[in-house]
Amino acid sequence: MTATLGPMIAIEHLTKRYGTQVAVSDVTFGCRPGTVTGFLGPNGAGKSTTLRALCGLARPSSGTATVGGRPYRDLPNAGRHVGVLLDAGAQHAGRTGRETLVLSAMVLGVGRTRVDEVLQQVGLAGKPADKWVGKYSLGMRQRLGLATALLGDPEVLVLDEPANGLDPEGIFWMRGLLRDFADRGGTVLLSSHLLREVEAVADQLVVIAGGRVVAQGSSEELLAGTGTLVRARDRAGLAGALGAAGLDVTDGPSGALVADGTAEAVGLAAAAAGVPLLELRPAGGDRLEELFRSLTTTPDGGPSAPQTQESRA
Amino acid sequence: MSTGTGTTSPTTTPTAHRTVPGPTLTRLTQVELRKSSDTRAGFWLLLVIALTSPAVALLQMFFAEEPDKTFALFLANTQLPVGLLLPVLGILLVTSEWSQRTAMTTFALVPDRSRVLGAKVLAATVLALLGVLVTLAAAALGALLTPVLTPDATDWALSGAQLGQIVVVQVLSILIGVAFGMLLLSSPLAIVLYFLAPTVVTIVSNLVDALTWMRDWLDLTTTTAPMYLGELDGQGWLQVATSVGLWGVLPMVAGWLRIERSEIS
Repeated sequence: MTATLGPMIAIEHLTKRYGTQVAVSDVTFGCRPGTVTGFLGPNGAGKSTTLRALCGLARPSSGTATVGGRPYRDLPNAGRHVGVLLDAGAQHAGRTGRETLVLSAMVLGVGRTRVDEVLQQVGLAGKPADKWVGKYSLGMRQRLGLATALLGDPEVLVLDEPANGLDPEGIFWMRGLLRDFADRGGTVLLSSHLLREVEAVADQLVVIAGGRVVAQGSSEELLAGTGTLVRARDRAGLAGALGAAGLDVTDGPSGALVADGTAEAVGLAAAAAGVPLLELRPAGGDRLEELFRSLTTTPDGGPSAPQTQESRA
Repeated sequence: MSTGTGTTSPTTTPTAHRTVPGPTLTRLTQVELRKSSDTRAGFWLLLVIALTSPAVALLQMFFAEEPDKTFALFLANTQLPVGLLLPVLGILLVTSEWSQRTAMTTFALVPDRSRVLGAKVLAATVLALLGVLVTLAAAALGALLTPVLTPDATDWALSGAQLGQIVVVQVLSILIGVAFGMLLLSSPLAIVLYFLAPTVVTIVSNLVDALTWMRDWLDLTTTTAPMYLGELDGQGWLQVATSVGLWGVLPMVAGWLRIERSEIS
């Protein structure tokens, strides 16, 4: 079989054009076994197009997308390798939840007991299983979609906005499920337009806007390695003290400063200059949040944001 | 379902890359057959198809004149409702995947789209054969009850040609439905055009004298009419082939290519 070295999911220079419209442009990233990758971007950024191209539902204009080194279309029994949930709304309203799974189970060649297992696993066992999908809430459809994805006991999960319609408890539950799946060696790629939704579970983040990858790296790098937020009543004095200590300083939110250094370095510098601090904490995802917000508000989603391309984690 | 079993731990154990053979065409055909009957709409459509044949047979038994109460004529007449509704079943076999957007799941599980389409064609053929079986049973019911419930006599003779041609025409008509579905990917559009387009050809060819050849060669209703009695002969087969080429083969090839190449979303 294919070598397990390298990423399980590999998207390389993927470009998708519709006529003159470029939906996805030169997107490259990979997902390793044992990790959860959060694929982030505002609506219309090209997330779904990328995932459809990965799952053989859209043909790339150029570039490649492979799973385990093979194009999705070449997988002999695709659902046994890759569990796919691209749209929870794409289920027949006139079938019951159980029947929906039975059909997929027949295609996958797994037994009916597996249907009961996944129903149990996603919390649809019992009465909900025999209700028409048309009567399901969006959250229940997401659970059913996730059940379909898990049915073939795959090693890869590709999920487009799986948290949509889930209540906070449902989101928490799904995080646990995905984390567990990855911890057992599985590969998870999930998209979201909400940073907060995935930052708690993702090992790696890929941010896409206007069809291009604008930030990529491990969650730690992107969320934590962004300096220290510090605030003092004497803002100028603080800036001077930090400058004197050789720390680069940028403006933070509402009068705060973000220093390119650890909390310890910043605190020592302020203490040395006798500047009392009001606040001292990791800047956290603020920079990414900031980047993300600028992307979602820029009408063209263009690369007005800094290019923070980083090497693959 | 307020919270579900939110704490259930996954049983999933991802393993190294496995080779599991894909589903066979037979399996996919079984799946397609199941899809045609496991929805509310599909169930009712099948039920209506199954009930109209005996209804036609009974009407014929009570209201027709004596010489028309033969098994062969019962069989010919029970084809009409089945021949009308089977194509709708064929259309829905394809278009429901788009109207209900299940195509995404279907083609994610079986990325080789031609296999799925092939399975739909096979499933449609099986449904047509089942439809003919239903009409055989309905015709038998009519022939059986005629001497019992009416003062008339019946005749059980059935030619191989009639049965054979009925099977062919019903398989063709459901496949033409499948073809319309593949080409248009929309239930209402496909159903309306399926019933409207051939009628327009019929009307036009009847209005304009110079176009009567259209009726004889392209109008399905005209070309297939002799088949219900097993009376199709030499040139008739050519005329059926031409009209099926136009209404069946052409849309199916175009639709097949379209589905192969299109983006599923």
